[in-house]
Amino acid sequence: MGAFALLFVLVLYWRTQTAARWGPFDVQSLAIDALPLCFAACGQAIVILSGGIDLSVGSMMSLVNVVSARALLHLSFRDALLVSLLIVAGAALVGAFTGLLIVVTRVADIIVTLAMLFVLGGAALAVLEVPGGGAPIRYQNLVTLDTLATKWAPSAIGVLLGAYVVLWVPVRRTRVGLSLYAIGSSRSAAYLAGVNVPRSRIVAYAYSGAFAALGGLALTAASGLGDPNSGTIYTLNSVAAVVLGGVSLLGGVGGLIGPIAAAFVLTLVKTLMILKGVDQNWAQVIQGALIVLVVMIGGLAVRQKGKGS
Amino acid sequence: MTGSTPLLDVRGLAKSYGPVVALRSADLQVFPGEVHALLGANGAGKSTLVKLLTGVVSADAGTVSLAGHPVRVASPAASARLGLAPVFQDPALVPDLTVAQNMRLTGTDPEAVRRELNELDLDVDFSEQARDVPLPLLRMIDLARALARRPELLLLDEITAALPSDLAERVFTVMAGLRENGRSVLFITHRLKEVTATCDRATILRDGGAVATIDPRERGEEAIVGYMLGPEAAHAAAEAAQKDASAVHAPPPADSAAALEVDSVTVGRVQDVSFVLRPGEILGIAALEGQGQGELFDVLSGQRTPESGEIRIAGRPLRTRHPYDAIRAGVVLVPADRLQALLPQRSVRENVAAPRYNRVGRWGAINMRDEGRRVRQAVDALQIDVRAGRQVRRLSGGNQQKVTIARWLASGFRTMLCFDPTRGIDVGTKRQIYGLLRQLADDGGAILFFSSELTEFPLVCDRVLTLFGGRITAELPGQAADEASLLRAMHGLVEAGDGEAA
Amino acid sequence: MKVQRLAEDNPAAVLTVVFILLFVATDIVNRAQGDGAFLTLKQISTTFLYAAVLGLMSAGQTLVMLTGGVDLSVATTATAGAFTVSRFGTHGSGTAIVLALAVGLAIGLVNGIGIGVFRVNALIMTLGISTITLGYLTVAAQKQFTALVPNFVVTLGSERFLTYIPYDLLVWAPVAAVIILGLRYAGLGRAIYAVGDNPVASRLGGIRVWQVLLVVYALCGALSAVAGILLVGFNNAADLGIGSPFLLPSVAAVVIGGTSIFGGLGGYAGTILGALILTVLDSLLTILNASQAVRQMIYGTIVLALAAIYARATAGAE
Repeated sequence: MGAFALLFVLVLYWRTQTAARWGPFDVQSLAIDALPLCFAACGQAIVILSGGIDLSVGSMMSLVNVVSARALLHLSFRDALLVSLLIVAGAALVGAFTGLLIVVTRVADIIVTLAMLFVLGGAALAVLEVPGGGAPIRYQNLVTLDTLATKWAPSAIGVLLGAYVVLWVPVRRTRVGLSLYAIGSSRSAAYLAGVNVPRSRIVAYAYSGAFAALGGLALTAASGLGDPNSGTIYTLNSVAAVVLGGVSLLGGVGGLIGPIAAAFVLTLVKTLMILKGVDQNWAQVIQGALIVLVVMIGGLAVRQKGKGS
Repeated sequence: MTGSTPLLDVRGLAKSYGPVVALRSADLQVFPGEVHALLGANGAGKSTLVKLLTGVVSADAGTVSLAGHPVRVASPAASARLGLAPVFQDPALVPDLTVAQNMRLTGTDPEAVRRELNELDLDVDFSEQARDVPLPLLRMIDLARALARRPELLLLDEITAALPSDLAERVFTVMAGLRENGRSVLFITHRLKEVTATCDRATILRDGGAVATIDPRERGEEAIVGYMLGPEAAHAAAEAAQKDASAVHAPPPADSAAALEVDSVTVGRVQDVSFVLRPGEILGIAALEGQGQGELFDVLSGQRTPESGEIRIAGRPLRTRHPYDAIRAGVVLVPADRLQALLPQRSVRENVAAPRYNRVGRWGAINMRDEGRRVRQAVDALQIDVRAGRQVRRLSGGNQQKVTIARWLASGFRTMLCFDPTRGIDVGTKRQIYGLLRQLADDGGAILFFSSELTEFPLVCDRVLTLFGGRITAELPGQAADEASLLRAMHGLVEAGDGEAA
Repeated sequence: MKVQRLAEDNPAAVLTVVFILLFVATDIVNRAQGDGAFLTLKQISTTFLYAAVLGLMSAGQTLVMLTGGVDLSVATTATAGAFTVSRFGTHGSGTAIVLALAVGLAIGLVNGIGIGVFRVNALIMTLGISTITLGYLTVAAQKQFTALVPNFVVTLGSERFLTYIPYDLLVWAPVAAVIILGLRYAGLGRAIYAVGDNPVASRLGGIRVWQVLLVVYALCGALSAVAGILLVGFNNAADLGIGSPFLLPSVAAVVIGGTSIFGGLGGYAGTILGALILTVLDSLLTILNASQAVRQMIYGTIVLALAAIYARATAGAE
């Protein structure tokens, strides 16, 4: 798939750009950097392939970030893990509630998730007005320091793959999973075929909430801090990663692996620019332009496919 | 009928959308072992009744009982569970999933579906994406899926529309088979011939209520039409039909200047097609599914460019990159799918006037009085019932189709391309449209007419060209275009001396 | 529910009632806090003064949403307009204003080309453009120049005449009239509704959809720039965040006003009322001394509630 090819090329380029020893440390830092976006992209991908969109992803991440930074601060490693699980479950419920609102009020998902962006963002500010809090060191190390088996495999990636395998893989070929694709592909056909459309939509947004929570926890672990604005940029970037990863904005097509690879690509691009000494603001401009370009090409590809039918 | 308890017993079913009464009060009884037709003009309440029975919408009043027990059907999934298997006009298969995944989606055993398909003498690759399967086959898969559920009542909603006759035959066989097993079929169609050929009883709806239940084989098509239209309208329609048959529509002399010339055009399945269309003439195109008629109309209406050959409008070559270019040259399209021609949330007036504002030069202030006049004239000419009119989507199918034609009356045209303009329209409106097309031709318009109903050709056209494998196989004068001759030519079976393309 | 039926039949009336109720509520709260009455001519005048900026950004947003799209770059375009005025203020108010409008128009054209010609999803395109614009402005702001907001602009943005009538209404009112009349009585208005309601049918009717989209997004950019000009006049200075508080409210005002986000239905009159309502709401929250957190949460909830009431109306028959 395109995203993987791009990733491969960029990694090669990366190696040539860093001084002398490119090694496990670099892989580790890329993994840490990319992890939040990977999770955000997973959640967004599920919502988009079910025909919706979630603009509240970033705010949910911020909220979970500040909540966990306050809650985990004085806990033991084991307790921190347990509380994290609770937080993810809670976020899934909030996501489901968003889905419920969309179904019941019949307001477009853009508007509802936009409103939730406000509400969750405000909640984040209520929990922590300025950056603060923290997390147990061992918890942070899970993402920032630990490795699995070899020092080339950061445990951050392990966590990511673990979430993927536990949350998505068992579901995607079952009736529940196929229903998500179905409502994204043709909501009317799915309804007439007997799919429970409202329930499927709610499930999609519950997934988004859960993955966004994982992203927020990743932010906490990576930075050791809670910041009510930490998640803002992830909304746009998650949509970009999803599109770059081969998921059609029209719904019904795509998976999660592509967006994960694309998240790595986007993160790597930023890293490379900083490495080359590009001013941070120019980096932002370039990233914005890149996103637009990516979607333009993606859009043309959709049009080509459409022409065949 | 066999048994005294109806399998399906509908009493007093009613549904309104705000002030618009879609179904006033409908009664319907289907007994076990019966093939029962549900008929009615567009706007009579047929589609609403179907939606109520299948749980797509919920009723305001009335009861539905299945095998004696009152039930409430809340969704298509629920109706399936109750033993009522619907097959809708648009196949309920999700395009981006494979056929196998579609089966799994609904919890249907793919093997059972495969068995049903084998009975229908069909072979389907279950790993193919639904979007790549041709529409008629998709309908049959939908049918097979419904059959695999072993339903008590099979509900077929216009399944034979746009089905080639060999597949339609298999559907009829299935229907007969169900009857023999003591199960029932509720068959909704506009094709009266099918009703008299296959159905035990027929219920006709008119104005939101059931007006009659008859034995179609006994009473015949005209009786059905009579009930659909109502007594005065039936009389008028009978008179009109007589007039149709005897009306002499004068085709233009053969040497008058051509409105449209197609010269050796090749595009898609169309191979080297040439013909001429003159002002004042109605030229028919008859073809089986997928013989190139779609591409032909696409290229004439400016949606595609020909791969080779030339199209000339009044002598000048036509180069199109956008439908606008064709419209500018006076060539307008009435598509088969009304959804492609209408603005559902806008009013009748806006719809009828819409093409007038298709270029920047017309983006300035609108002359409201002039527009009002043109719209009124077009609406009157077509006798459009605008009472539901603030949003075109509230109109009946027949009225909606009239709006798509009215647009071009209001904006002016020289050549009108009609692609299956009477698809899914009730008999009364169809006849109005035939009359209108002949009027437009008499006033100097040139009309190219494609229909999937062969009986229409002799009623409407001066000449008919048949298309097979992308080539023109025969040209028949209108009166000689009876079903048998057309079918032969449409299958490419042309004898020497049957005429060639103009 | 009867309330819902009432809302469907008379959306403008309902909105006006909500507006008045909010005003009265603000008055009550203000008095309760010992700050005197709110329902005064002066405060009404101030409300309209504030609302003009939102009203203009929402105007562009209305046009865009009528075509079924959305423009998330209105805020950064307004900021760009504000910035341009401040940067070129030393060249005189005429030059500054013209340049600011040109910038807004240019940004809008880029959006229009991306969305109309290249068929990029509107959400993505405008969000990307806003990122680019903001990044560029950040870099540009670091350069040395004399910032000056011409007096004319300051007057336009912050002052009133005849004691109670804000100058910015002299900008907002004509724009509003042109838009409302244009949508109803101009060919372009019909084309906009057509494209939003059914782009396929519009194309088959001969409308070049890309032309309509190009014009609509360009207009939106220009209107956002106008909003930015008024903003910088009001603040007498341009900073990078000047436009951002208006982004989501601009979408909210349109939705509250009854325009369907799917396109093809709605108009600007409702949006005007939506903008007024949101402005009063903002005042109410300020008076209540609500924290940023609470304001955001209340805002989101109210947007959702009002949108829900209209979702029934704009959804039409099942």
